[in-house]
Amino acid sequence: MNEQPKQFKWVGTRTIRPDGVDKVTGRAMYGADLTLPGMLEGKVVRSPHAHAKIISIDTSKAAAMDGVKAVVTAADMPLADPTPVASGEAMINLRDLSDNVIAREKVLYEGQTVAAVAATSADIAERAAALIEVEYEVLPHVIDVLEAMKDDAPVLHDYMFTGGIKPKPEKASNVANRVEFSLGDIEAGFAAADVVIEKNFTTEPVHQGYIEPHAVVADMGPDGKVDVFCSSQGHFMVRAFVAGLLKIDMSKIKVTAAEIGGGFGGKTTVYLEPLAVMLSRKAGRPVRMVMSRDEVFRASGPTSGAALTIKMGATKDGRITAGDATLYFQAGAWPGSPVGPAAMTAFAPYDLENVKVVGFDVVSNRQKVVAYRAPGAPISEYGVESIMDELASELGIDPLEFRAMNGAKEGTQAAYGVKFGTIGMQETIAAAQATEHYKIPLGPNQGRGVATGFWFNIGGESCAGIRINEDGSVSLTEGSPDIGGSRASMAIMAAETLGIDVNKVKPSVVDTDATGYAFVTGGSRVTFATGMAVVDASKAAIDEMRARAAMIWDVDVDGVVWEDGHAKPASTNVGDFEPMSLAELAKVANKTGGPISGHADINAKGAGPGFGTHICDVEVDPDTGFVTVLRYTAIQDVGRAIHPSYVEGQLQGGAAQGIGWALNEEYIYDADGKLENPGFLDYRVPVASDLPMIDAILVEVPNPTHPFGVRGVGEVPIIPPLAAVNNAVAAATGVRFNALPLSPPAILAGLADKE
Amino acid sequence: MSGMRYEAPGSVDEAVALLADANGAARVLAGGTDLLVQLRAGMISPDVVVNIKDISETHGITAEGGGFRIGASVSGAEMGENAALVAAWPGVVEGAELIGSTQVQGRATMTGNLCNASPAADGVPALIAGGATCTIAGPNGTREAPVGDIPTGPGKTSLGNGEFIVAINLPARPANASDAYLRMIPRTEMDIAIVGAGVNLVLDDDGTCTAASVVLGAVGPKTITVADAAAALVGSKVDDAALEAVKAAASAAATPIDDKRGTVAYRTKVAGVLAARAAAIAATRARS
Amino acid sequence: MAKHHVTTTINGEEAEYLCEPQETLLDVLRDEVGLTGTKEGCSSGDCGACSVMLDGRLVCSCLVLGVEAQGKTVETIEGMADGEELHPLQQKFLEEAALQCGFCTPGVLIAAKALLDTNNNPTETEVRYWLAGNLCRCTGYDKIVRAVMDTAADMRGA
Repeated sequence: MNEQPKQFKWVGTRTIRPDGVDKVTGRAMYGADLTLPGMLEGKVVRSPHAHAKIISIDTSKAAAMDGVKAVVTAADMPLADPTPVASGEAMINLRDLSDNVIAREKVLYEGQTVAAVAATSADIAERAAALIEVEYEVLPHVIDVLEAMKDDAPVLHDYMFTGGIKPKPEKASNVANRVEFSLGDIEAGFAAADVVIEKNFTTEPVHQGYIEPHAVVADMGPDGKVDVFCSSQGHFMVRAFVAGLLKIDMSKIKVTAAEIGGGFGGKTTVYLEPLAVMLSRKAGRPVRMVMSRDEVFRASGPTSGAALTIKMGATKDGRITAGDATLYFQAGAWPGSPVGPAAMTAFAPYDLENVKVVGFDVVSNRQKVVAYRAPGAPISEYGVESIMDELASELGIDPLEFRAMNGAKEGTQAAYGVKFGTIGMQETIAAAQATEHYKIPLGPNQGRGVATGFWFNIGGESCAGIRINEDGSVSLTEGSPDIGGSRASMAIMAAETLGIDVNKVKPSVVDTDATGYAFVTGGSRVTFATGMAVVDASKAAIDEMRARAAMIWDVDVDGVVWEDGHAKPASTNVGDFEPMSLAELAKVANKTGGPISGHADINAKGAGPGFGTHICDVEVDPDTGFVTVLRYTAIQDVGRAIHPSYVEGQLQGGAAQGIGWALNEEYIYDADGKLENPGFLDYRVPVASDLPMIDAILVEVPNPTHPFGVRGVGEVPIIPPLAAVNNAVAAATGVRFNALPLSPPAILAGLADKE
Repeated sequence: MSGMRYEAPGSVDEAVALLADANGAARVLAGGTDLLVQLRAGMISPDVVVNIKDISETHGITAEGGGFRIGASVSGAEMGENAALVAAWPGVVEGAELIGSTQVQGRATMTGNLCNASPAADGVPALIAGGATCTIAGPNGTREAPVGDIPTGPGKTSLGNGEFIVAINLPARPANASDAYLRMIPRTEMDIAIVGAGVNLVLDDDGTCTAASVVLGAVGPKTITVADAAAALVGSKVDDAALEAVKAAASAAATPIDDKRGTVAYRTKVAGVLAARAAAIAATRARS
Repeated sequence: MAKHHVTTTINGEEAEYLCEPQETLLDVLRDEVGLTGTKEGCSSGDCGACSVMLDGRLVCSCLVLGVEAQGKTVETIEGMADGEELHPLQQKFLEEAALQCGFCTPGVLIAAKALLDTNNNPTETEVRYWLAGNLCRCTGYDKIVRAVMDTAADMRGA
């Protein structure tokens, strides 16, 4: 499978991305940048309550306002089937999704949509929205995950009984589901341990924090055809959800992927799109909807906050004997937290014989969580990696050495069921040990922390088309929204396979009518899976070009090989023919059978698991609790870096998000369950001056199932920082913290407790 | 559509007339960095917004009577670019320059920061510590008032109907005098102070402090002038013992609340830490 | 309420537009003038995606009223390249992959140019603090800071 020529011409080079000039000149069209003739602006009415029954909605005043062209409520949306469908990396129930798009009977969080208005200007739409009268019966609410599990907690859904336990409970509860993964016998494992450490940890919900708010333009004609232009991580996902929610045939919906201004998992679902279609249908005009930043924070994202109990034991000589974890994850208002992947990944970096992980998916009166970069894994691995550090310290073993001693390798059986193939966990640890960074002496109040991370990575459905144009240039079409430079990698992989100059390939992410289905841009799958489709499509085009050359030379196609962008006779036995270049074959295509193309519609399997090891140095001001990140190194097995700059960028960006998660990001609610920090002022993502340079070290252990050895790279780098920062702070202060974020007040309180 | 009017008068009198006519339903637009956010969020809906940037009296930083007159539309960036002002009043300038990003610095004014009357305003503690006054225009002509008299509580000022601040005045500096402002935020930039501390002091030729003022922000409904901290500095060489006393006095004077940005315990402790650190910086500057 | 008729200079060309008193310069640029390269990320001055130059000063266009641009000059990302020739910062951002999603990029470029126009030898710390008002969630800032410093070095060398 693994074709690895000694040297690549394009793979591994730092080409200029094909969409680059558009993005540095302001020409790139993002979700909110499209204006259509006659376009209306849509605005949303949102719940002011964390939990309430909707008694009535009176839209008459709004509808009567000059300039208002349509008003919709849940009554305008068909009742959805409660059938689970794929949503990013999780499953979602369409009924729940429908309620999240527009509330039907109850509102379950502050900011939930209850109605929407389209008008001739945003200002009119906003004022009309304010005229919609909603009568609520306010219900008791619950925000915290542990509170939500209590017997006397307000129950969000009276039809919800905890799944995954037998017999079925008799009482409805906020615990949607219980999952368990185990291996070996943890009692025996802990009995064999010389040291056992058990700790509770908490993390707060954090938002993906993409800078581009959700935005859509929808246009539905009287013939029932729908055009949608929006920023998402999957325009096929948007098509499926709009079709499913509004009961429209997929074939009637064309979704065009706008350029996407960041997603990180947060744009793997729909919020505005079905509303814009409903408004457009009613008004008979195109409708644009754009979220404000306040709406983004209140009604989209975030990932779960969680409470964890982690217990690990090890022998004196450094062998981990058992790992036990219990994970309680906030799902938001409907089930579907990433507790499953959190449970699966918790101990996966290590070769352990005895493991047990139990997870609970818990609803509460917050917006529904959605995927955020390696959903769940940063949270569970934060707890495990913090204990790993403490164990290493108790045992007097270097923390990287301790991880190497116990690290997963080829053949390791993971508790979640997989036996690892070729993986690079050990290589990333070795690379970390070899860094200059790991040897730099530290000063007073400074500390160094390390942590590792694991993520599955996924493959999935992707399609690609290669068209050889008459002039020898190549048009490449595919359907994976490009969130961070993937068109550059697609062009490189096509050029490498075809043997032509990368600048002859123009990659495009085309609309849902113009290419076959692609699963969302998520799970670190695009360069792997869509890349595989691009390679397969290129090979199909090559086969066609070989056939054309064979026809011209009047030889058997098996006698023609493709080398360095040329059809050549396989040997002198075939005949003495001048090689024909791709351009030459393209020029005569009309005489040899017409246009030349290659297509691939695949369901890619064999995504290579990803491992990373990070090193973080901090300095803690003992008088203010302020943490400065002094140095940071992110090391990861990337399989093969197709475009190293964008791979490094994934490591650096993921590390920065993880640092933000560790230090200052959190959702803050008041006593009424209302969000207190729905803006970038008080939801503190790292700014440029908060961070040092982030050294990215690419370790390449090629994935044997990909033609170029690609592994997904986007998600792993957000996993280690939480514990790396936590461990560094512990080293700097002598205090082990077990709650994120490590904000200055939290640090100072911890230091005071120590005294 | 929202019914808001925009006016850009060319003179102080016109501005006063517009403000007076609106009878409290007017807002002054200088830098606009608070005003536009509040408009957008629907927190305010004035009948008229009066842009004062076309009024020449609000422009420029001028040396006056040994001190400085800073026009009400002077941005933080302009203050930072004025070498003489930075040399004489580094603490005042660093307070003004901490208001927001580079972009916000291009617009935000110290006067606006004062009139927004947030207890956490970064521009204000050093001004009060420095004994700054403001020139206020109104229907009855102009008057002077200490900067500290302007904010009366969160979002509230003592300015009467039709009044607006035309300029802020910093007094003449004796020799060996300087100031400093520090604030605590959870990030390095782009935040609202959890605690702010401004210190202004004068040393004699021996390095003994002869006059001092210590003012805290964000630890009460208004700025807090800590007389005990100033008393601890006066007569000292601003040594460790004096700084410990400043720390204790500032923490003792702080009356903060718990909110999303910080706790009472945290703010109380850090008020002392920052006051002592700001005093040390001001003293170092005064000595050099 | 009557709209204001505003005459201004945008990217070197005289421009006229009508705007409501409460409309921001960002609204006007995007919706009235059709220059959508300037992005809206927060409308509260916290993200910097809407950075433009106003009379030579770096500002968030969401914190300026459209009417305030009367008689002033506005420079946006659309005016940064000279015809086909990219500004050295634009070129360097492409070469060094200093963007991922690209949404913050116009604002970052405008802000970085404002820095280099006044200081062609900034330290890393100066670059980081200057750009602290330009949020980027994709890159971790590393490649942005390097690209700005490398452009400065090129400009000094040239």
